[in-house]
Amino acid sequence: MNKNQTFSAKGLSVNRGDRAVFENLNFHINSGELLKLVGPNGSGKSTLLKSLAGLLDLQSGTIDHNGQSVIGDTDWRSRSICYLAHKNALKNEFTVEENITFWAELWQTEDQITAAIEQMGIKLLCDTPVAYLSSGQKRRTALARSLCHPADIWLFDEPTVGLDDQGLRLLSNAMGKHMDAGGMILCATHVDLGIEEAKITRLNLDDFSVNQNTDKTELW
Amino acid sequence: MSRLFFAICRRDIRLSWSQGSSASMVIAFFIIVVSLFPLGVGPEQNMLGRISVGVIWVAALLACLLSLDRIFQADYEDGSLDQFALSPLPLELVVLAKSLSHWLTTALPLIIITPLLGLLMNLANDAYLPLMMAMLIGSPALSLIGTIGAALTISIRRGGVLLSLLILPLYVPILIFGVMSVDGLRLGENAPMLFLGAFSLFSLALTPWVAAAAIRLGLD
Repeated sequence: MNKNQTFSAKGLSVNRGDRAVFENLNFHINSGELLKLVGPNGSGKSTLLKSLAGLLDLQSGTIDHNGQSVIGDTDWRSRSICYLAHKNALKNEFTVEENITFWAELWQTEDQITAAIEQMGIKLLCDTPVAYLSSGQKRRTALARSLCHPADIWLFDEPTVGLDDQGLRLLSNAMGKHMDAGGMILCATHVDLGIEEAKITRLNLDDFSVNQNTDKTELW
Repeated sequence: MSRLFFAICRRDIRLSWSQGSSASMVIAFFIIVVSLFPLGVGPEQNMLGRISVGVIWVAALLACLLSLDRIFQADYEDGSLDQFALSPLPLELVVLAKSLSHWLTTALPLIIITPLLGLLMNLANDAYLPLMMAMLIGSPALSLIGTIGAALTISIRRGGVLLSLLILPLYVPILIFGVMSVDGLRLGENAPMLFLGAFSLFSLALTPWVAAAAIRLGLD
């Protein structure tokens, strides 16, 4: 992994339906940094991550990775973005290992599977069908799958939901390792991830919210 | 590329046969619907023989319709579809892989079970092979067009009824030419069969693009 990477956005605006979620949003991070997205519920943290992953269309703005514009570049997206939101994308019918193996096969990183499973502390669950797991264990499985992804940029939306203290520690170790290797992380969360403050940049989505001046009576 | 394609097919086929999924139920549905007709119409052999081809085709259409929401719905709900949209395999090919697995797990078993139902419906002796042949050529269009419908209705909860309204009119040409080509083949007339084949090929060319575009919209 290249240790001199940058990931930045300028003037991002995104709409959900007719409602503008945020306007003119900017950020810039370098290799080994974490951008922590904060802000009240509904301020657009998930929307920002989703649009950076290319799952939502931008109203305006630019996204650059290492100085190159990457909007609409599906090759770049599948190579450089690892996205994990609220849904775990696991199949109840398959075991933990089968679930992870399927995606690792798509990403052609089968050699990462064992390490990822150990990193999230779910080695003993390998042969258990996901249907029998607790929500925290499912989260760990989804995170272990994300660790198999070769991407430089991680987009995590509330990755700690359901995790116990040990799970949180394992996650922060994994994040630390990714950042040390030169990776970048954008993470929407409300908890303390246990990562050195010096590596964290905060982005408050509330600063970019669109002024809701619309007179409510108009709607009636 | 083809390795990834078949990895998705394998996964979908395993999912559709695993516990609680509907592949075997669709076949049971097909058998029950067809066997209702001798009960409803009465055991008059000439009458049954005359309507047999049409009844089997209609039952196959309905059985196929019943299984369409399986193609994307579960993947949409558990977030797998987001991951597919970001995967290295273009969404168009993901769609095609899912269509193929649907055909293999739904249409193919129906075709195999058809001789049994022909017996039940007093199908003419020389119509067995033409009927299976026509179904083999027409059924890819059922799966492919159905995939478009399934992709258009992913974000609609309980979209089954809407899906039927959307898709059944599009199935009409397949039904017409499907029934015609059975008689055609018995009389040495190939034209209806060629139309049926053309319809399958046309939907093969169209489905990946349309369904992938529909999914991208639905993921918003």
